[in-house]
Amino acid sequence: MSKLDSKIPEGNVEQKWTKYKASVALVNPSNKRNLEIIVVGSGLAGASAAASLAELGYKVKVFCYQDSARRAHSIAAQGGINAAKNYQNDGDSVYRLFYDTIKGGDYRAREGNVYRLAEVSNSIIDQCVAQGVPLAREYGGMLSNRSFGGTQVQRTFYAAGQTGQQLLLGAYSALQRQIGLGTVDMFPRHEMLEVVKIDDKARGIIARDLVTGKLERHFGHAVLLCTGGYGNVFYLSTNAMGCNATSVWKAHKKGAFFGNPCFTQIHPTCIPVSGDHQSKLTLMSESLRNDGRIWVPKKKDDTRKGNEIPEEERDYYLERRYPAFGNLVPRDVASRAAKERCDEGFGVGASKMAVFLDFKAAIERFGKTQAKKLSISNPTDEQIKEFGKQVVVEKYGNLFTMYEQITGENPFEVPMRIYPAVHYTMGGLWVDYNLMTTVPGLYCLGEANFSDHGANRLGASALMQGLADGYFVIPYTIGAYLAKEIAVKPIPTTHEAFVAAENDAQSQIDKFFAIKGNKSVDHFHKRLGKIMWEKCGMARNEKGLKEAIVEIRELRDEFWKDVRVTGKPNEMNPELEKASRVSDFLELGELMCMDALNRSESCGGHFRVESQTDEGEALRKDDEFAYVAAWEYKGNYSYEMHKEDLKFETIKIAQRSYK
Amino acid sequence: MSHGNMNLTLKIWRQNSAKEQGQLVTYPVTGISPDMSFLEMFDILNEQLVSKNESPIVFDHDCREGICGMCSMVINGRAHGPKTGITTCQLHMRSFKDGDTIVVEPWRAQAFPVIKDLAVDRSSFERIQAKGGFISVNTGTAQDANCLPIPKNDADASFNAAACIGCGACVATCKNASAMLFVAAKVSQFALLPQGKIEATARVKNMVAQMDLEGFGSCTNTGACEVECPQGITLENIARMNREYLVANCKD
Repeated sequence: MSKLDSKIPEGNVEQKWTKYKASVALVNPSNKRNLEIIVVGSGLAGASAAASLAELGYKVKVFCYQDSARRAHSIAAQGGINAAKNYQNDGDSVYRLFYDTIKGGDYRAREGNVYRLAEVSNSIIDQCVAQGVPLAREYGGMLSNRSFGGTQVQRTFYAAGQTGQQLLLGAYSALQRQIGLGTVDMFPRHEMLEVVKIDDKARGIIARDLVTGKLERHFGHAVLLCTGGYGNVFYLSTNAMGCNATSVWKAHKKGAFFGNPCFTQIHPTCIPVSGDHQSKLTLMSESLRNDGRIWVPKKKDDTRKGNEIPEEERDYYLERRYPAFGNLVPRDVASRAAKERCDEGFGVGASKMAVFLDFKAAIERFGKTQAKKLSISNPTDEQIKEFGKQVVVEKYGNLFTMYEQITGENPFEVPMRIYPAVHYTMGGLWVDYNLMTTVPGLYCLGEANFSDHGANRLGASALMQGLADGYFVIPYTIGAYLAKEIAVKPIPTTHEAFVAAENDAQSQIDKFFAIKGNKSVDHFHKRLGKIMWEKCGMARNEKGLKEAIVEIRELRDEFWKDVRVTGKPNEMNPELEKASRVSDFLELGELMCMDALNRSESCGGHFRVESQTDEGEALRKDDEFAYVAAWEYKGNYSYEMHKEDLKFETIKIAQRSYK
Repeated sequence: MSHGNMNLTLKIWRQNSAKEQGQLVTYPVTGISPDMSFLEMFDILNEQLVSKNESPIVFDHDCREGICGMCSMVINGRAHGPKTGITTCQLHMRSFKDGDTIVVEPWRAQAFPVIKDLAVDRSSFERIQAKGGFISVNTGTAQDANCLPIPKNDADASFNAAACIGCGACVATCKNASAMLFVAAKVSQFALLPQGKIEATARVKNMVAQMDLEGFGSCTNTGACEVECPQGITLENIARMNREYLVANCKD
């Protein structure tokens, strides 16, 4: 008998959420006032959840490690947010968004959750516009859309290349409003270090004030972890420097199962690594694939500049391999195709680990259209180029500037060089339909949970999921739990469970300072990242994963013997913060490799070289692996896997094809 | 470990806490590559300090792609360094020459007290936001998004104002330490949209009142803020806020 109950409501997929909402227990307003909720993380999921729950009347505390809720890394999402509005009249519907997301996730997500996500997607756009989020518009005043990978409709809403920023500022403004109204207490520059459990229920957290170094105890009737993904386990990723897995990992060690830890998204269009000094990688939005064409030279080791290689000597390999979707294939497919070309010796740039993303054709096409609009009958090449550039600036301006800043090259003159990089983690804490983990009262929202994207997330779906969870799911589902908690008075933080949890956090801090080793935290983090990227990255195999597990264990032992943490515990100390985060990555990395080793099929972003078709595409093994792997921590770095079988009742499971 | 061949002298503000006095401390750094970002150069310096068992320099940073607004250094007297239109994390060492001396200080303003070294407390911005930087619409009450057409030019102008990353460079660079550009950007974003007009009067009055309470200086229209703003927020927004403020007070 499985320990996992996903609590998906009965009935047709179209009816599940409607019926659920109509029957879920409610908490009356006077009781809401007495119920306290802790929200950890202030990105799209955290800020939207905190604001919405406070609006309902709950007492909310929000924690984030940054100096302001507005700086959570959702801010950096560039491209857009999906919704099934069908404003473009191009055949979109809730069902299609649901279908595309299940297929895009390579049939490794739950139908019930994904349908609900597609269903609430439209309300998100309505809510954001009402908040004053300035999404892009057409001249008639209506909202504008563009396409993203893995779909054949235009359903992506956007705000230039800064959609995440605008949506987060919308959620942040709703949160600030509640702070101003006194319904939310905000704790910036705080990091959660432990979950407090009393009688098996989550009842609070231990957080460290990052300015004073003081450990604090906070009670909550429920705790929501909205702390984002764990891509920084790879050291180099598109995540912010501070993104970490500490809250989910500590929760995991307190009983929350970890779902599909090996499902990582490697994003195809990032600026390539330039040297070993590199601290992070920068994404070039997927939206660029709407108009940019990806290619490599037909000749191996071609050292000419991109703009010097004539048309007939270029291999537009995505258009060649996937004529139906072309440059807009899903991310996992595009990333692997780039790796394949580079591994075969067709890569470009100094490192030979890059491909071209070229706007020449788009600039010409836009320029000609623009000239027609302006009634210029015989535009010169110069004019066409100039007009075309103006359109590109309007659509993608900040991305082009960003590229030039980082590389020193002007992408209007020479094609961009791009290469895949770690971007998002589909895995995360296992949650049921209510977004509750296996610890009662402990919830997990947004990227931090495992639930909606299966083995590969489609572009512009992360913003959708974060806001769906926060604005439109948790305000309903939390009632199912809290309705039974109304009699529970706030538990004093002098309770022994709080004392014990604080002692655990304190003893880990003391341990770091006691080591007095010789190597910096970054030294270990970089080495972990290298193991993960080489052996648990875009292509994985049994031998490599087994080696990685051994190497990570050795590295972890070395870390605990030889790491150097400077400064003192009771002060602002970024080295201590990093040490705490890296110590968790050193455990999570091993579990990721174990999960990847167990799943000897290829699906979505998880590519096991042993399991591929003759054409080199990912080959799923549905009879063996159509399940969610949910790992339970059993102490002393051992784990037990539980399976949640995935049932496909609405969509017929099939081999994914984008040809 | 060598990365490149630039050698630099850094003079960096070190200060243990808001209560203690700070000073510039000189650090030589060697082997810097022009492809490094300014903050990656700091990573290398900090790595060296850790290896000597010295305490590394505390500085705020997070996304390292110019959008979170966390990084905040005055470099050679200029907020976010010598180039315009970018944040410190987007500044690359190719903007400097081998042998340069670079002075790095924190944001300096009464309303931004130093926490440690180069990190400052910008919670004054948060309190201004909480006084009116929003539209009072609870989750779930919104109508269909396309029921309210908005002229593209207004939406674009609103977006340009909303692009503010809240870094505080405008304050740091202003000789009066005025927060007018920051507040004006938020006021403008909503003033330009029909859904923002309902609360316009209260918004501008409350946000300006809180700004004054926090100890930010007055605006004397020098325009320095506009020059240093990494998002290119223009002075036009300050003019718009002044207009909004005047109209709001006339209504009383």
